[in-house]
Formats: sequence, C-alpha cells, structure tokens
Amino acid sequence: MYPIVKKRVLNETTTLMEIEAPLVARKALPGQFIIFRIDEEGERVPLTIAGYDREKGTVTIIFQKVGYTTEKLDSLNEGDSLMDFVGPLGEPSSTEGIKRCAVIGGGLGVAIAYPQAKALHDAGAEVDLIVGFRNEHLIILKDELEAACTNLIIMTDDGSNGNKGFVTQALEKQIQAGREYDTVIAIGPLPMMKAVSEMTRPLAIKTIVSMNPIMIDGTGMCGGCRLTVGGETKFACVDGPDFDGHLVDFDEAMARGRMFRPEEAKAREKHICNLTGEAR
Amino acid sequence: MANMSLQKHPMPEQDPVVRAGNFKEVALGYTREIAMEEADRCLHCKNMPCVSGCPVNVPIPDFIEKIKAGDITGAYQIIRSQNALPAICGRVCPQESQCESKCVRGIKGEPVGIGRLERFAADTAMAEGTAKAEQKPACGKKAAVIGSGPAGLTCAGELAKAGWDVTIYEALHTAGGVLMYGIPEFRLPKALVSREIASLKDMGVKIITNAVAGKAFTVDELLAEGNDAVFIGSGAGLPNFQKIPGESLCGVYSANEFLTRLNLMKAYTFPEHDTPVKVGSRVAVIGGGNVAMDAARCAKRLGAEVTIVYRRSEKEMPARAEEVHHAKEEGIIFKMLTAPTRINGDENGFVKGMECIEMQLGEPDERGRRRPVPVAGSEFELPVETVIVAIGNSPNPLIKKTTPDLPTEKWGGIQTDENGRTGKKNVYAGGDAVTGAATVILAMGAGKKAAAAILEDHPD
Repeated sequence: MYPIVKKRVLNETTTLMEIEAPLVARKALPGQFIIFRIDEEGERVPLTIAGYDREKGTVTIIFQKVGYTTEKLDSLNEGDSLMDFVGPLGEPSSTEGIKRCAVIGGGLGVAIAYPQAKALHDAGAEVDLIVGFRNEHLIILKDELEAACTNLIIMTDDGSNGNKGFVTQALEKQIQAGREYDTVIAIGPLPMMKAVSEMTRPLAIKTIVSMNPIMIDGTGMCGGCRLTVGGETKFACVDGPDFDGHLVDFDEAMARGRMFRPEEAKAREKHICNLTGEAR
Repeated sequence: MANMSLQKHPMPEQDPVVRAGNFKEVALGYTREIAMEEADRCLHCKNMPCVSGCPVNVPIPDFIEKIKAGDITGAYQIIRSQNALPAICGRVCPQESQCESKCVRGIKGEPVGIGRLERFAADTAMAEGTAKAEQKPACGKKAAVIGSGPAGLTCAGELAKAGWDVTIYEALHTAGGVLMYGIPEFRLPKALVSREIASLKDMGVKIITNAVAGKAFTVDELLAEGNDAVFIGSGAGLPNFQKIPGESLCGVYSANEFLTRLNLMKAYTFPEHDTPVKVGSRVAVIGGGNVAMDAARCAKRLGAEVTIVYRRSEKEMPARAEEVHHAKEEGIIFKMLTAPTRINGDENGFVKGMECIEMQLGEPDERGRRRPVPVAGSEFELPVETVIVAIGNSPNPLIKKTTPDLPTEKWGGIQTDENGRTGKKNVYAGGDAVTGAATVILAMGAGKKAAAAILEDHPD
C-alpha cells in the first residue's frame, strides 16, 4: 500500500498529493510518470510526476477531477492509501543544451511544466514560463512558478486576472518582441500542444511536447499508448512521453483519446452517489 | 489387464452455446472415477517415452500409477517434485506435441490423457489442502527473479526448494505474468493461478509487485545488493502491428491490450471493475496463434460476431488444434488465406471496416511453410467495429537499455546458453525474453534449467 502523506487542494478541480513510494522516489526524474490504482476494482491511471523527495521517499502528483477515478482519488485524505503506485516510467526529459527556452503550461499541464521549468532554471537556463488557465480562480502554484523562471506570464481565457488570451498568443508576443528561444516545451491539453507546435513550426524552434495517452501497463506491453510520430508508430510509455511536437500526429492522438468517452461517463454515472455527489 | 479403450476419456466441458456467453472455465475436469479409469490406460512402459516429451521431466507413469491406486496426494507430490505449477500445466501445455505425442497408446488409438490426469491430481490435492512441496533448509544464498510469469515462478520455486532466499520483482500490480494478463479466465481460472503462487509464497518466496526492472532498479543493483544470482524472465515485450493504414483508429487493439483489459483488469465486469473495453457487434482478429484464439473467444463472450483472419491456410496455423476446435464450436468464423490491407474509420476516428485481399499458397519459404501470395482482384471489405492484432511481440527494451553488458541477439532477445546462462556473470534468463513468443511450458522448462544452472554455479 502507498500512503497519502500530504493533500493540498490547489483549486476547485485540482489537487496535489504526496504519496509515500520509496522505490519510485529513489529513481524519479522530471518528465517521467507513474501509474496508480486506487483499489482492487480500480483502473490503472498514468500521471506525470510533479515532484519527488528522495530522502522522504515521496512522490508528488497533481491531478484534475475529470472522471470517476480522479474524483475517487480526490475523495481520499492524508492517512488513506493507494493500492498500487508504480514507476518511474518513461524516459526523463532531456534538458541538455537548453539555454533560453519558453516553458508553456496549460491547465493541469502547469503542474508538470513547473518541475521542468524549475530543473532548467536551476541548471542556469533562461526560462520564460507561460501558463494559461480558464479563469483566475483556477491559477495554481503561483509562488512556486515565480521561483522557477526568469519571467512568468499568466494568461486567463476570460481575462479575469487582467491578462486575457491563450498561451500561444503570449508566446507569439514574446517572439515578436524579440525574445529568442532555442527550445519551446509545451505541456497541457492536446489542442494547446498542437497550437504551440503549429506556431513554432514555421519559426523552426525545437518544440517538445509531453504526451499522456490512454495506457494500461506503462512498460510497453499493451501498445494502447501508441502514437504516430514522424510517420512511425511510437509507444508513449517507453519511447516518450516527450516527443518532438513538430512530428506528432495530434489529430490522431485526440481521436484516440476519445475512445472510451461514453464508458467514462457510464462509470461516473454509476458510481457517483445521487445523494451526496461523492464518488464511492 | 489395463483399460484397452482406444479413446482417452473425453474431457467434460461446458456446452459451447452456454459457454460462449460466459467467462467460466470451459473444461470442467475429470472426476475421481474417470481419472482412475483413464489412469488404467497407461501401460507403464519401462523406457517411459512420455517423459522424454516433457520439458520439465515429470515422471509421468509414476504419478499415473498413484492415481490408479487412488492416492491422489501421492500423485501430486510426484508431479510437484519436477513441476512447480501442475494445475497450470495440466490446462495450458500442448500435450499433443509433447508427452502425449510419445505415448505408446497413441500408435493405435489415442494416447493416455496425461494433461487431464495432471490437472485432476493438482486440482484435487489443492482442494483437499494436501498440496505441500518438499523443501531443503535455508542455505544462506539469495536470488532475485525478474518477472513472475511461468519462467520466473518456476525458477523461483526450484531455488526455494533448494533452500535459497528468493525475491520476485513484478512490474504489474498482480503476480503471474501472462498467466494473469494473457490467458483468459475460461482457459485458466485466475483464482487457480493465485493458489499456485500462494504455494510458492508458502515456501518463503517473496514477491514485490509494482517493481519495474530497468526503471525502478537495474540488474546491476540487484547484484550489488547481495543477490548471488539474478534470473530474467521478463516475458514477450512490445506488441507488433501490421504497419497497414488505420491501425491507430479507435477500436484497434493489440491482443496484449485487449486481453490485459479483460483478464488482468476484469473489463468484462465493467462498470463493476473500472476498466472498460468495447468490441461493438463485429470483430476481426488478425493472426493464427493461440493468442489469436484467446482474443477471438473473449470477443465472442462479449457478444460480438468474431472472424479470425489468417493469411495462410488452417494447416499452417500455429494455434493448438484443441484451441481451434473450441473456437469453432463456439461459432467463431475462420477466414483463411486472407490478409488485411487497410483499416477504414468513420468520421469520428472509429473503425468501420477492414479491407482484405485473398491469398493463395505459393512456393515454400525457408522454414518450409508455403508462402502466401495475393490473388489479384480479390479485394473485399469486412465490416467490423473492432480489430484485434495478434501477430506476436518484439522484445522489451527496458532491461537491455539499462544493462549494457548483457549480450542480446540482433532481434533484441537475451542471449543464453542451453541452460539459461547469459553472457553476464551470475545473470541467467529464460522464457519469451530469450526465445521470443513461445509457450508457458517452454518458459517453465527454461526457468527450471536456469535454476539448475544457478545451483550448479553456486554450490554450498
């Protein structure tokens, strides 16, 4: 069992948890992911690692309540335990040779963009961190973000924080203002990563995206996480999760992400208690 | 005088129509009476040809003798002396090409039902709680086993019997490997696999789940942590695809994914279990091996019309005759000499059909199998909502990547001698990680041989 040693609600839909998992914490690196399973009936769900503490033997995950399993995870508290927690899986992000970069995070992707920005910033790179949320109430990790970059730009879809627009618009503005980047790292919803990749393609700026497709085992065995990258089939779990954004077939990835939508709705419907609205 | 019936006693089975709608075990097993009667067909040949056909050298006539005498516990102990997982082997071994193929009774009539008798002895002894294996006292030696599939479990069992301190590292959340995620419930009940694993735990074998070799730890770390030997039985690896257009559409599964969803994650009980699976009303399964049969029979049980598409003829199919027979009984359609060329999707990216071309058999290839050649103008579309690709696996790169001094074959498999010794000191390997996709019993045989090599290389 893997105890939840810390729980912090970041906003109405997003929660941070620190999980005691020494075997994972020992080897975890930014960019890698874990798979958790809550209980015996549970599904295996991949989440990118948001942080780790090798001495305490803990791994930090940040998740959004988007379906039955994440609702149920959110209903757990410090002192509760997860049945399974395996990792670190996937290849760590490569930060080699990056000197001036833009790290872009959208929504929950901010949670994963943060450790990457921090690692780069700590390594002496100049980092513009551009993050986007639907509105100002959803902004997470503001203090942490500020400490992890050279410039922090926070965008909101509705402009409620006084900075209306998408992260792509902010990136475009930076570039037009003369900022030069050797690398752009984009982490977030598929349409956002696609938009960023399309924006940087004509400028020939190396763009890295972090893919999080449906998967089961996370070790290459099931092949459910396959993507088309540069015309070749790649498995996100062993070849990724980071890929060259200019080579990823995002439309295909988006279609594959919809495979079990109706079933997800069914699971949620069945399990969410009519009285209390809680997952059981 | 022995029972001279030319036929082995048929296996009592669930009716095909009934079983095609459930996931319960198809074969029901012999009763004590049937087993004793079948045991009486054994002639107890002095030279025991059957034993030479067994990859783990079970003393077959000896255990059959015990069954004949009604001493089922005695029979089980004899099997268990050579075979760590008898209840599993009794179900999934290809006896027709192993022990039973050498049986003298098979020259005129059918061989003795060795597999069925093995299963009977194991099931009975386990149900009666008399299933205990003999074990030497602790010898102070320590081994790490990577993977808890048939190769790893067998190797661990053999070492534990010899008094070793054994820890198995399993990447998934449940031990058993392909026995758990691959082979369906109706062919190998998971409760039974758990019982076999529990009997290894009773011998002191420790199992750490959620532990991925090459990620959470390396082979070198296991050696540095004081293991005298490391056995790698990490299994088959990454599923192959055909490389035809449309394989990334929603509704295309590798057999590994499809079977894992059903067997390991119990998707057939969704939403009781949280992992979903869907097949629609028509399914095509590509391939002609046992895995293709398993996938097809699973899809059938989910209520679909299922077609197996194979590019050669039935004669060339690598699946066991019994599996093909069961699949046909359950109403699975066999479309032989047919090769898929493209999978078509609808506007939402879901499969709506598979384009195929008919084949004919041409000249034999280097392995002597007649090569299929396309018949011009024979293209057609099979309307299906799901395509399951069961055309084998390629080795998993995780261990190779993190163990640079472990010699591997060009195709990625781990190199070993005939006893499972790799080119790296104190590291042994066996099963699909070495041979590529094979059978449970061959993996067990490899695990057993490697254990013998480990014991030989590390004398007291």
